[in-house]
Amino acid sequence: MSADLQALYQDTILDHNRTPRNFRALDGAQRAEGYNPLCGDRLTVFLRLDGDVIAEASFQGFGCAIAKASASLMTESVKGRTLAEAERMFDRLERLITSAGDEPPDDLGALAALAGVRQFPVRVKCATLPWHTLRAAAAARDEIVSTEYEGGVWLNPEHTESHETAKPENHLDL
Amino acid sequence: MYLDNAATTQKPRAVIDRVHRFYADENANVHRGVHRLSERATDAYEQARVTAGRFLNARDAHEIVFVRGATEAINLVASSYGRTQVGRGDEVIVSAMEHHSNIVPWQMLCEQQGARLRVMPISDAGELDLDGYAALLNERTRMVSIVHVSNALGTVNPIEAVVRLAHRVGAAVLVDERAGRRASPHRRAGARLRFLCASAHKMFGPTGIGVLYGRTERLAGMPPSPRRRRHDRVGHLRAHPLQGAAAPVRGRDAAHRWCDRSRRGDRLRRGDWLGVDRHTRARPAGARDKRASRVPGLRIVGTAPEKAGIVSFVMDGVHPHDIGTILDREGVAIRTGHHCCQPLMDRLGVPATARVSLALYNTRDDIDALAAALQTVRGVFG
Repeated sequence: MSADLQALYQDTILDHNRTPRNFRALDGAQRAEGYNPLCGDRLTVFLRLDGDVIAEASFQGFGCAIAKASASLMTESVKGRTLAEAERMFDRLERLITSAGDEPPDDLGALAALAGVRQFPVRVKCATLPWHTLRAAAAARDEIVSTEYEGGVWLNPEHTESHETAKPENHLDL
Repeated sequence: MYLDNAATTQKPRAVIDRVHRFYADENANVHRGVHRLSERATDAYEQARVTAGRFLNARDAHEIVFVRGATEAINLVASSYGRTQVGRGDEVIVSAMEHHSNIVPWQMLCEQQGARLRVMPISDAGELDLDGYAALLNERTRMVSIVHVSNALGTVNPIEAVVRLAHRVGAAVLVDERAGRRASPHRRAGARLRFLCASAHKMFGPTGIGVLYGRTERLAGMPPSPRRRRHDRVGHLRAHPLQGAAAPVRGRDAAHRWCDRSRRGDRLRRGDWLGVDRHTRARPAGARDKRASRVPGLRIVGTAPEKAGIVSFVMDGVHPHDIGTILDREGVAIRTGHHCCQPLMDRLGVPATARVSLALYNTRDDIDALAAALQTVRGVFG
């Protein structure tokens, strides 16, 4: 098996895929649904807030190993953090898995196990789906989140406006 | 190892060379110019229509309408033929294994016309339930649209029986031949099809070109589709009384794609020479390779007795997307997902499958590589 496959499917990922943590519904909690129809990943993220601190996070659903492991790792990582801290964590994770080089996964803790995703650009959307869904749950937005839409590259800045309106309603800006 | 042929096929050297030769030596607009270069281009274009007609056993080349692909062909039939033939209270039937592109145009038509869309049931094995289909048919059934070979499962549908039953109630049948790649055996068998559509890129031809076959009297009765109005109107109003545009006028309307059509003609001749039919029949043997069943936890989705070289499967504890990624890194390209057949996935109770689809250039070595790569998947996920 190739080295990049080993990096992608490392033990932490496989473990969280097989036995996902916080894999349950939270009654009465804030929630949002994430759905990538092309690959069939579908998950609900539950969030209980204490002020702006995440008291508890959980998820349910089905998806590929990357989406499930990412969701599982996320629910563990954000617990006890403020929403702003969770945002910064997501930002660092996103930079890690979309960077071409070997950017060190500084203070990402267990989330660093997702570093192997950067060799598989088409799988980035799997790893980020739970986080975008968490963001929607935090904002109590009643919508289905998807990370499958990819905006085109508009060469003429005058078109920016139509580009905005062309987005599906459930698209989230990265 | 390219095992994603139901998505698109690779192009034989003959096709690539012909495309190149056209652009290098014969490029001109068709049906427009007075110069010899345009004449040559027009000849090649019309010759392609004849070749496509022979390939599909049409009675007349005029029964072949060039379109951008099968999706456009279905839209054309639904929005043009459908609108004149399907009215309030009428019924249209599709099967439970259709591609979204053979569902949505009919849904829209039924919504607009106040008609009812009904669905032919299938078994858990992915086989058409002919009795269930027969029970749906009645004097209000105007149209039956069905795929010949399921792109998601590989099931080969009994088109002759579908057509025979439809004709008893006077319904027209459209056959989606996209994943079929067969030289329309149902026409030879005497089933009087009204419509058939196919995409060239799924049968070794170039992208962006397909055919709609329609019986002459059906095409002649079709008003110009809103989707293609701009070109249609011109030929229509100048040359023909209203509603009377002959089929070739429609075929000629999008002249900007002439060159694709010329290429397609050569491709079809090449296809005959390669013996597509013979290879198509030989393929299922390879696809049913027993080694698949030796991969622990692997289950084939779609086990109808009549299958073409398409095999969908799932593995316990492994999402199809992960199967696809690992296979790719092991050098085997397959498709994963719902294959644009979400109603079918719902019916079979799977969110997605991994799909292997073969073409005539695939060899035993490809299957060996697939079998080995599947063991790697099992190795990773335990």
